[in-house]
Amino acid sequence: MNISSNLSSYRQMHIYYIRRLFKTSLLVLVLSLFNLQLINASELDYKLVAEPVGKGTYVFIGSTKYFSKNNGGNIANAAYVVTNSGVIVIDTGSSYQYGKQMRKYIESTTGLSIIKVFNTHHHPDHFLGNQAFKDVSIASLQGIVNAIDSQGEALNTNLYALVGDWMKETVAYSPTEVVTPGKITIGGHDIEIIALDGHTDSDMAIYDHTTGVLFAGDLIFHDRTPAVANANIQNWLNSIRQLQELDYTYLIAGHGPVTTDQHAMIQTHDYLSWLHETLQSALDKGLDISEALELELPKRFQALDILHEEYKRGVLQLYPSMEQAYFE
Amino acid sequence: MANSTLLKKHSMIKQIMSLKTGIKFILSLWLLTMAHLTYSQPLVDPLDSPSWNLVHKLILSNETVIFDDRVKVVVPDMAEDPMNVPVSVNVDGIGEIEEIRLFADLNPIKEILNFHPGKIEPFIAFRFKVQNSTPVRAAARTKDGVWHVGGSWLDATGGGCTAPSLGRALDNWVDTLGDVKSRLWSRADRPDRLRFRIMHPMDTGLAPGIPEFYIETLELKDKHGELIAHIESYQPVSENPFFSVDLDSKLFQGIVLSGRDNNGNLINQVLQ
Repeated sequence: MNISSNLSSYRQMHIYYIRRLFKTSLLVLVLSLFNLQLINASELDYKLVAEPVGKGTYVFIGSTKYFSKNNGGNIANAAYVVTNSGVIVIDTGSSYQYGKQMRKYIESTTGLSIIKVFNTHHHPDHFLGNQAFKDVSIASLQGIVNAIDSQGEALNTNLYALVGDWMKETVAYSPTEVVTPGKITIGGHDIEIIALDGHTDSDMAIYDHTTGVLFAGDLIFHDRTPAVANANIQNWLNSIRQLQELDYTYLIAGHGPVTTDQHAMIQTHDYLSWLHETLQSALDKGLDISEALELELPKRFQALDILHEEYKRGVLQLYPSMEQAYFE
Repeated sequence: MANSTLLKKHSMIKQIMSLKTGIKFILSLWLLTMAHLTYSQPLVDPLDSPSWNLVHKLILSNETVIFDDRVKVVVPDMAEDPMNVPVSVNVDGIGEIEEIRLFADLNPIKEILNFHPGKIEPFIAFRFKVQNSTPVRAAARTKDGVWHVGGSWLDATGGGCTAPSLGRALDNWVDTLGDVKSRLWSRADRPDRLRFRIMHPMDTGLAPGIPEFYIETLELKDKHGELIAHIESYQPVSENPFFSVDLDSKLFQGIVLSGRDNNGNLINQVLQ
């Protein structure tokens, strides 16, 4: 009797401990999953907040640094215009995640749906969020569509290497509509599509006559060193001069803060013309590319973020082809 | 009496003598140990490369080496284009240099180029291909046979060595094979600059289905055929290589570039 009751209480205790152990481990498991999700969610949150530009236009200002795992590729400006019939989006950021978060922000703050998306050029920090807008017409110039078709996936792969996890599930998604230069009306706004080049082979600027906002894409960099990886500098300078003719009230550059004056245009023009002259004179003096990389940079460009880094990248990209032309 | 004093003196001398020899013995032992320590201590590689011992053996035959800042190797921090990484080597203030060997410890083909400056400056610049992050080094041999080694790390995400040359995609690379373009800059304050470009695919043999095809030797000679300087190049030198060297052009009346690739194609051009 004694023995058996002892045995049964022992058994009960045993069961009790096993149950407790099971419950705790379940709790730990649930908590850790929850934690994991928290970490994951916070890691991949771009924390997008749009700032207003005049009335009805908004911009997500990106970092003025280069692609990194810290910024998740969020280094460019994406913008949107709120109209009576819906929202127009200009550029979609660097990843599917960015596109999704941007769309969620826009839809929840405006309560409107998105009626049109534009891509200003084929660089990955401006179009890789397209995937989040598959149900909307994504429009661009023929040259930009071609460039995304042919180089988009390679640029996407390269970005996986540079920013890692942020890119998950991202694929290059091409624009679905070709626009031609000229005026169109969307949601009551008179939108002018301007076809230019120089930053790449095909760059699109958008001028909203209704609000006076100019979306310059990467033809203008503000307080950030212009990226010249696919540049034709002479054409780029011509394009800037064309943009300077426009009577805008706000200028949204591809990178850097919004302005109301010509400052950012003059800055981009100044740097590009200096870069071209400097490399041409380096060639004239017989400098090797490794010596051109080490040249001293003028003090007046100190305001441009990542100056040395981007200058070197520029030399590595431009000098070989300039040499080629020089020696023909 | 006299005898015992003599004996005493003798033993004293003996003692002093043995003390001296003892000190001498200890001193020489100490010297030997120090020497042993100095020479047997493994060289500490300033770039902390996992392959230093291997390249020391493979490329410099384990010969005497000094890490020396006066051998300046300039590469960008990051190889933006792994097919075209600029590198320059300049050796200053070590005396006469007989040969400079350029190599990358962790590249699939480690040798890049050997430069024998001969009658020109110990300076050379060009571009090369990398597959991954690696130290890039130059070893400059002085007349006493010692290699002075300098270098720096290059960051790369890769792909330069296993990709086919771009010219392979064009039909006409054969038409321009071995063509040379060059230019000489006379400079007042420093040695003159000679730059020359040779059209050549410089295939590494690591791209699928494309055998290695690269320039092996290049010689600069004066118009009488006397050797001015020469280069042994390897697969990692970039396609259509572009070289910069420094020299006193007044010393030579006319410079001829001649060379040969691994398929026996010859290069021959008077440089201007």
